[in-house]
Amino acid sequence: MAVTTSPTTTRTERPAEQPRPRARRRRDRPNVVGAVLGVVWLAIIVVPIYYVVLTSFSEQGEFYTRNPLVPPGDPTLGAYRQVVESGIARYFVNSVLVTAATVVVTVVVCLLAAYTIVRSSRRFVRTSYSLFLLGLAVPLQATIVPLFFMLGQLDLYDTLLAVILPSIAFAIPITVLVLVNFLRDIPRELFESMFVDGATNGQILLRLVLPLARPALGTVVIYDALQVWNGFLLPLVLTQSENIRVLPLALWNFQGQFSIDVPATLAAVVLSAIPVLVLYVVARRQLVSGLTAGVGR
Amino acid sequence: MTATTAGAPGAAREGARAAGGRGAEPSAWYLAPALIFFVAFGIVPLVVAAVLSFTTWDGLTPPKFTGLDNWVDELSDPVTYNALWLTLKVIVLSWVLQTPLSLLIGVFTAGRQRYRAVLSALYFLPLVLSAAAIGIAFKALLDPNYGLGHAFGVKALVQDWLGNTDLVLYTVVLVIAWQFIPFHSLLYQAGARQIPPSLYEAASIDGAGRVQQFFSITIPQLKNTIIASTTLMVVGSLTYFDLVFILTQGGPGYATRLLPLDMYLTGFQASQLGSASVLAVLLVLIGLVLATIITRVSGFNRMTSQQEGA
Repeated sequence: MAVTTSPTTTRTERPAEQPRPRARRRRDRPNVVGAVLGVVWLAIIVVPIYYVVLTSFSEQGEFYTRNPLVPPGDPTLGAYRQVVESGIARYFVNSVLVTAATVVVTVVVCLLAAYTIVRSSRRFVRTSYSLFLLGLAVPLQATIVPLFFMLGQLDLYDTLLAVILPSIAFAIPITVLVLVNFLRDIPRELFESMFVDGATNGQILLRLVLPLARPALGTVVIYDALQVWNGFLLPLVLTQSENIRVLPLALWNFQGQFSIDVPATLAAVVLSAIPVLVLYVVARRQLVSGLTAGVGR
Repeated sequence: MTATTAGAPGAAREGARAAGGRGAEPSAWYLAPALIFFVAFGIVPLVVAAVLSFTTWDGLTPPKFTGLDNWVDELSDPVTYNALWLTLKVIVLSWVLQTPLSLLIGVFTAGRQRYRAVLSALYFLPLVLSAAAIGIAFKALLDPNYGLGHAFGVKALVQDWLGNTDLVLYTVVLVIAWQFIPFHSLLYQAGARQIPPSLYEAASIDGAGRVQQFFSITIPQLKNTIIASTTLMVVGSLTYFDLVFILTQGGPGYATRLLPLDMYLTGFQASQLGSASVLAVLLVLIGLVLATIITRVSGFNRMTSQQEGA
């Protein structure tokens, strides 16, 4: 903190004609450099997205020749038709199934765990919490070979369950962390007074914790859902059949299948992104708080 | 394998003490479902990886115990060292590129001006896109035949960005930055909003300009955020898989065969799952060591309370 603050000058009464001259100057002078750089960065983010959307509406043959940033003369939905006909609906349903199953199980088991961690002082519970937190530092990537082995042994290779089970495990650490941080802020007296009134832990969970924790639950549901929805590595390694393919993997396959048909590939990209874009528009706040949950405390 | 997640165990203890004592404690069984899932599919695989690293396994026939063979092979293989070197390069380049930009964008979007709120809604868009979607989009966009380079009529922009051995690693670092800068900006935005405005008011009364304020207030105040973001970035660099896999599959040649990619290709393309397990163990160890070093060097544990005091 190298800035020398001089409390004496801030508190001194000034003549009414010139109130706080310098503090005002800062407000009045617009940050031109900042704004210009802000617009440059905007272009860096938006131009690729614009390129993808535009190309997805182009004719297969035409887009090689025109400027990629000029809208096509006659936009076509041909690429989208092609993607829909090649069965993207199936992959969409698979992604929904995997995401919903993972999120429901994760949130239920983590709420139970977080409640226990907040309310219990047992050594076993504390050790378990440290173990969960350790999970934040372990790269998921490192487990794919052993998971491939284990799920093969369990006869689960090439099933949706093979993706769901590890996805739950990898969502647990951050979910527990967010829920524990939130439940800690519930005053202890609330738990105790319910307990004194004869409520069981199950009743406390249902009638007190569940309603109070709703914002935190929203955050973890959205965060976990996004991670699973976008997951690529687990389905890549643990599934194979076309009928259980999830969206990110389908994108990768479209790329091979349509190889030179770039508009179709990019139309698939756009279609796969629509659900998350809707989520982004509707629930940006929860999403953002989920993303920053583990940090900045 | 201890103390990698900064400050957490201490916090757990403190919370447990605060909550404990009275009778209403829930049974530890409430913890069991989460613990079982996590141990079975998060912790056990790490042990299995260590075991598999001592076997030869092609993925079809049962693994055969072959002692240290894989370890000797992998640790004498130049491909492994190339992967380690590339990973280190990507970590350093990513940090140098992403940290200053994220810091500036984060501080910029922390401002309450309306236009900045609109801009940041667009800035953070890549947060929700899958690595698969981003990878495929950039693969098209960077193509020398129909890519974005043609839009500007500048010859230098029409390159085989992903096919040129000299360029490809930098291209990959740039695409990674496109994907991850929004996340780190978000961290800095949250951090910058917690800086007490009184510090800036006092500084501008003293005549400090914007640049001076940035260096003497913003950066010191964001020290914790910088450390947190750096930790996530460095440890996260070990997991850059999806994006690089889709963009280059580790090529051309070995030019972008980073450690996680080396593991995948060794395991699932060359069918040497024992050797891939060696690389998996290395990946975990490096991750834990890096996380520990960063938290130690920066004294993150000791500093967690600094922000409240400011």
